Amino acid sequence: MKQTGTDRVKRGMAEMQKGGVIMDVVNAEQAKIAEEAGAVAVMALERVPADIRAAGGVARMADPTIVEEVTNAVSIPVMAKARIGHIVEARVLEALGVDYIDESEVLTPADEVYHLNKRDYTVPFVCGARDLGEASRRIGEGASMIRTKGEPGTGNIVEAVRHMRMMQSQIKKVAGMSEDELMTEAKNLGAPYDVLLEIKRSGKLPVVNFAAGGVATPADAALMMQLGADGVFVGSGIFKSDNPEKFARAVVEATTHYEDYQLIADLSKGLGTAMKGIEISTLEKADRMQERGW
Amino acid sequence: MINIGVLALQGAVREHAEALQAADVNVIAVKRPEQLDGLHGLVFPGGESTTMRRLIDKYGFFEPLKKFSEQGNPMFGTCAGAILMAKEIVGQEPHLGVMDMTVQRNAFGRQRESFEAPLKVQGIGEDVHGVFIRAPIIVSTGPSAEVISEYDGEIVAARQGNFLACSYHPELTDDHRMHQYFVEMIRKNRLAA
Repeated sequence: MKQTGTDRVKRGMAEMQKGGVIMDVVNAEQAKIAEEAGAVAVMALERVPADIRAAGGVARMADPTIVEEVTNAVSIPVMAKARIGHIVEARVLEALGVDYIDESEVLTPADEVYHLNKRDYTVPFVCGARDLGEASRRIGEGASMIRTKGEPGTGNIVEAVRHMRMMQSQIKKVAGMSEDELMTEAKNLGAPYDVLLEIKRSGKLPVVNFAAGGVATPADAALMMQLGADGVFVGSGIFKSDNPEKFARAVVEATTHYEDYQLIADLSKGLGTAMKGIEISTLEKADRMQERGW
Repeated sequence: MINIGVLALQGAVREHAEALQAADVNVIAVKRPEQLDGLHGLVFPGGESTTMRRLIDKYGFFEPLKKFSEQGNPMFGTCAGAILMAKEIVGQEPHLGVMDMTVQRNAFGRQRESFEAPLKVQGIGEDVHGVFIRAPIIVSTGPSAEVISEYDGEIVAARQGNFLACSYHPELTDDHRMHQYFVEMIRKNRLAA
């Protein structure tokens, strides 16, 4: 009678994260700072995306020691990243007891053709997407949460904005279609028909949709909430800033009160330097993480 | 018209709002303490209790919420919301401490242990669908609180006068009986006042 790993408990777990900030951390100390600041979850990593970018080479799942260290340090949920299509990394993270797996383009893909069949797992997955077609394909594979890809590790919000705007406008378009137009739209988007039908009927994605990939300031976080994000992932932004504790708290508050501009002004004061950031047009195509996966 | 607030600092606010709207009441998403004025009841949604507590402190909600409870206004907490209401939390300091019970966080384990199961809930029905997500349990209740549901020998729902708490998520199902029960509590409380 007791059922684990159902769609409802996997998607429901993400529903509980809504309105919150999920922070990248690389050790127990950072995880505690994140929890103390009001993060709803932490993402345990070996290196934040900006450092992965700088280091080059192949980026893989974090050392299980780091995942365990972070898990033991906090009471909030712990997420971790597996390479796209890496069945064994995902199984290892599930065995370690992480609460959510990010099948992530921030790591070097293990499979350039197939993503994981996420329905096979008890643990839920979050996946990146640039548009509704990509989001629907991931949901079709069993993703329980979606995030915009943005361009990770750049501190530049422009790609996350592009992806969120694209998804929201495509959702509106599908919601306004008649059912006889839907199969053609499914073909055009490369989206599973059933997922589109569900979106048409409810007017929204069937799973929670967070923003990720370039959030570097409290104002960036609030911007993504205004564009319709259910919450925000902050990767390199927090622990690459001058004062991570203050910065983390400011991002959490700006996400809650994203329409209170006086408050965002106050909490943006004296935060010190945010991460330097990268202009997207200076990135070689091979260095654009968002191109990974399909 | 009955005005019911849902504390909207973080978590599954919309789901509670939709469940309450089905009971034909006016629902307010509460982001500021002054919005508590004029409310007849308040829901603490599921989410992350540590996050909600930090924002409760940051925005001066702590005393207004205590006062709201002391005035005898009905309150309903699910999962993290129940943790906020409990007088005692195993292994850490309590938050609002308005309801006479001890809770234990993440008592069933991590996310992979999250589950769905049928429940009997006194006053609601014998066929309630329990959705437990990294759920707490109610370890014990004080003499004035009444256990209304157990799962596998653990307390998962309780009522103490105008306070209602459960460790599962009725807001994630289409069964709105728990919310209707809470709205009835508010109606009776208003008649008694």
